[in-house]
Amino acid sequence: MKITDEIIDYVSSLARLDLSGDEKAKIKGEIEKIIDYMDILNTLDTADVEPMSHVLPTTNIFREDEVVASLPREEILSNAPDSDEGAFRVPKTVE
Amino acid sequence: MKYEMVIGLEVHTELSTKSKIFCSCTTEFGGEPNTHCCPICTGMPGVLPKLNKKVVEYGIAVGLATNCEITPYGKFDRKNYFYPDLPKAYQVSQLYLPICRNGSVEIEGEGFHKTIGIHEIHMEEDAGKLIHDPIFDTTRADYNRCGVPLLEIVSEPDFRSAEEVIAYLETLKATLQYLGVSDCKMQEGSLRADVNLSVRPEGQEEFGTRTEMKNLNSFRAIARAIAAEKKRQIEVVESGEKVIQETRRWDDDAGKSYAMRSKEDAQDYRYFPEPDLAPVVISEAWKEKIRASLPMLPRERKKKYIEEYGLSEYDARLITEIKALADYFDEVNDIVKNPKEVANWLLGDFMRLAKEGEDDSFNILLDAAKMAEIIKMIKENLINRNTGKDVFFAVWKENLDPRAYVEEHDLAMVGDDSLVRDTVAKVLAANPKTVEEYKGGKTKVLGFLVGQCMKELKGKADPGAINAMLRDALK
Amino acid sequence: MSVFEWTPLETAAKIKKKEVSVREVTEAALKRVGDVDAEVGAFLRTEEDYALRQADIVQKKIDGGEELGPLAGVPFGLKDNICTKGLETTCASKILSGFRPPYHATATRKLEKAGVIMIGKTNMDEFAMGSTSETSYYKTTKNPWDLSRVPGGSSGGSAAAVAAREVPFTIGTDTGGSIRQPAAYCGVTGLKPTYGAVSRFGLIAYGSSLDQIGPIAPTARDCAAVFNAISGYDEMDSTSMPLEIDALREIDGGVKGMKIGIPKSYFGEGLHEEVRAAVLAAAKVFAAEGAEIEEFDFPMLDYAVPAYYIIASAEASSNLSRYDGVKYGFRSEQAESLRDIYLKTRTEGFGGEVKKRIMLGAFALSSGYYDAYYNKALQVKALIKKAFDEAFAKYDMILGPVAPTTAPKLGESLKDPLAMYLSDIYTVSANLSGLPGLSLPCGFDKEGMPIGMQLLGKAFDDAKLLRAGAAYQNVTSFHRETPDIAEKGGESA
Repeated sequence: MKITDEIIDYVSSLARLDLSGDEKAKIKGEIEKIIDYMDILNTLDTADVEPMSHVLPTTNIFREDEVVASLPREEILSNAPDSDEGAFRVPKTVE
Repeated sequence: MKYEMVIGLEVHTELSTKSKIFCSCTTEFGGEPNTHCCPICTGMPGVLPKLNKKVVEYGIAVGLATNCEITPYGKFDRKNYFYPDLPKAYQVSQLYLPICRNGSVEIEGEGFHKTIGIHEIHMEEDAGKLIHDPIFDTTRADYNRCGVPLLEIVSEPDFRSAEEVIAYLETLKATLQYLGVSDCKMQEGSLRADVNLSVRPEGQEEFGTRTEMKNLNSFRAIARAIAAEKKRQIEVVESGEKVIQETRRWDDDAGKSYAMRSKEDAQDYRYFPEPDLAPVVISEAWKEKIRASLPMLPRERKKKYIEEYGLSEYDARLITEIKALADYFDEVNDIVKNPKEVANWLLGDFMRLAKEGEDDSFNILLDAAKMAEIIKMIKENLINRNTGKDVFFAVWKENLDPRAYVEEHDLAMVGDDSLVRDTVAKVLAANPKTVEEYKGGKTKVLGFLVGQCMKELKGKADPGAINAMLRDALK
Repeated sequence: MSVFEWTPLETAAKIKKKEVSVREVTEAALKRVGDVDAEVGAFLRTEEDYALRQADIVQKKIDGGEELGPLAGVPFGLKDNICTKGLETTCASKILSGFRPPYHATATRKLEKAGVIMIGKTNMDEFAMGSTSETSYYKTTKNPWDLSRVPGGSSGGSAAAVAAREVPFTIGTDTGGSIRQPAAYCGVTGLKPTYGAVSRFGLIAYGSSLDQIGPIAPTARDCAAVFNAISGYDEMDSTSMPLEIDALREIDGGVKGMKIGIPKSYFGEGLHEEVRAAVLAAAKVFAAEGAEIEEFDFPMLDYAVPAYYIIASAEASSNLSRYDGVKYGFRSEQAESLRDIYLKTRTEGFGGEVKKRIMLGAFALSSGYYDAYYNKALQVKALIKKAFDEAFAKYDMILGPVAPTTAPKLGESLKDPLAMYLSDIYTVSANLSGLPGLSLPCGFDKEGMPIGMQLLGKAFDDAKLLRAGAAYQNVTSFHRETPDIAEKGGESA
């Protein structure tokens, strides 16, 4: 499959990456090669194969509805690049 | 040209579990920012989710109450998007195998009675809250609400009017409250509805392009937003333009909506099965166990009120629509054993007072036993009906003891028959002209004479008895 | 005293016998890192204060007669993608620079409980994405056997630290071979446990359905002891299995009567001749020890790498979305708007290989491509798992190479990323299928670089693999060989 500039731009926008000219060209070239190689999977007939998302046979792994004390707020915010009034701070979100 | 609206609803309801869906932090509303948080719900590196069993049980209960098929083998999926209220940058939700599918809810109202299809119900986690700071032009993120469990109930596009939408929401809200799975407070965001709306010329088969309306914080806002969006879309169509498929945000103060997301942000959520959570298997046995434990739902309760208590369809619906009201009705009726009388009381000023205050909230301030006491005092002929109303208004707000209030304010009816008889005689004597009129066949002046007697007795008498006494005397 | 000549179990035994104190071995390890790590570059940073404090705590417990297990007091290195409360944890990425988690990983907690002393965090490929440890933002780790070669990756720092005898053992993680391949390149022993055997809580995710934490040590016996310390059910991890495996109990059981399958496809084109010869020679050793060796056809090999890279990248693209400059780690100074914070932080904070895999993964999940790539990969994963199920119906274990070659020169692999991905061909299937894999030194090539072999087992047969490894190491000495640098800086304490 052909990886176009449009695909690269679209995917980098989805991934919130701002790829510059050189880096973009390099990544595009490499992805193209890899995708090309991955197309080998199309030689396998998987029409009747159930996709396997989970390798373990376990199901219904639950916890009971019990409250445990939360972490002190200083610890929640201790790594924040910017915080204010007990909250993480970012530039204005525009709606 | 006449247009028809086609509406589908996505209702989000926060479940009233004690702890969050994937961690053990409290779900309590409010709290100082980021004080109901741990590494899991704030999306720190390396942490893993663990599913709260109660969320699944609530999901099954809601599915059963809305006639859904319960998915025997379900999974969670990640919905990926960037926004500061979503610390992991993905929301754990269900796309491919939601917990419930293909259900229905019956609704009724003035001039309609129909079945609304439920497309699916899925479990997911709520996002955090963003607080905009206009002074510094910044936004603060509070993750207390992150990870509060949600059910998203997605309807089929079966609505054709705002009235149907409101009736559905009332029914759904009642159902959720009856099940005890959510407190459904719109003002706290524990019940939220997004409206998908399109218009088409009447008679046209295919749907028009729909928009999705968000930020609807009350039933009133929903009704207003529907009217406004219908008008907007018809105007767009009639001006020869095309409705754009987009998400819009309703501004209730302005009475207008705005397009929310810019086009550069493609809505491509890249859903895939959540590898950190095991599949959820719901056996017949588990399902039946939950079915057996379901409380009486609004429909059944309404039926009981009509069939056993002889209430009208309308009264029974109004009472059962609000679980707190129906519970209150039962409590009062258990004491006074007069369902019609209780219904009359609850559906009048009582209802109005309980709905006062914030949007869509229902707050009963008077104990059921005290309400019953008022009705009992009337039945005992201790007070008359009008006094009963006055007493009700007087005791409601402070939850006072009505019998004590009657005593304190000397509102009991005059027990002394001779005093009443004397008063009747006195009034007749003072109004010879009216007596003449009555005797001349103008019998409706009797009401005036009753009123005069009541006035004379300061309202503390049974107007029916006075009425009879007057007739007797005027024979 | 030369602490670094002792294996972890030997070190703990000497501590127990009071021949040496916990503080002495800890200080010796720290000094050793100081002496040789400038050349090797295995450690991103050491945590001297923490280590010495822990050493004293553990010594007190030992002196008080507390039973801490067979590794009590032994210093070790922890891969930097495993969370350590209050101690920097970066995944060798700029984007997590300065991040001090307010929590321990479950593995970290269990290791503390076992009384082992974490002296520092080891280098790795950024977010464990790479096969050479060269994609680390901070430094390049070198192969102690030849400083011009890579140690492998992504747990290159962990493998090199053990090979250079800087610490008795280390902890690595394995998403597609990241323990086994560097262990092979560095001539040490490494176990990728069964998926679900070791809790992933606090392991900073790369591919959540594939990641496992495991030990790297001089011997299979040591790996068994470390495995015992870190494995077991954890209620914090929904993919943790409620099983208790004691890998030391039957460690001396030998391989007599075991059936070992040799998948012919693993020895086909692309495998270096010297590696082939060494692995087949190892098969002979197993046969001599009483195992039954049989060749068989394993059909799915060619599909493993593409399926693996689609699944791992897709999960990574989602797992790494949380690094956005809002909650922790690096935030771009250039960012003014919210969109900028995302774009600039991520663009400046991630290295090229990570960005490429995020892109690849986002592509495989995006609208219109999900079925052709991601879903297809999940189907292929099911087929690979089935192929293994069929093989393990016949065999106790499968024996093959770890990597097609010995360690390449620095800078060579990243020139051809596809070739680098393809070199994971023998290791990724175990991750896709959730199976345990053990990497053991089994020879040296003409240039003196170590060669590794790999034993694959049934799910939760970790103990059986380690037992086979111990049987092999009882009669061979490749695992005892050390590079010259291990002799350097020698005497201390």
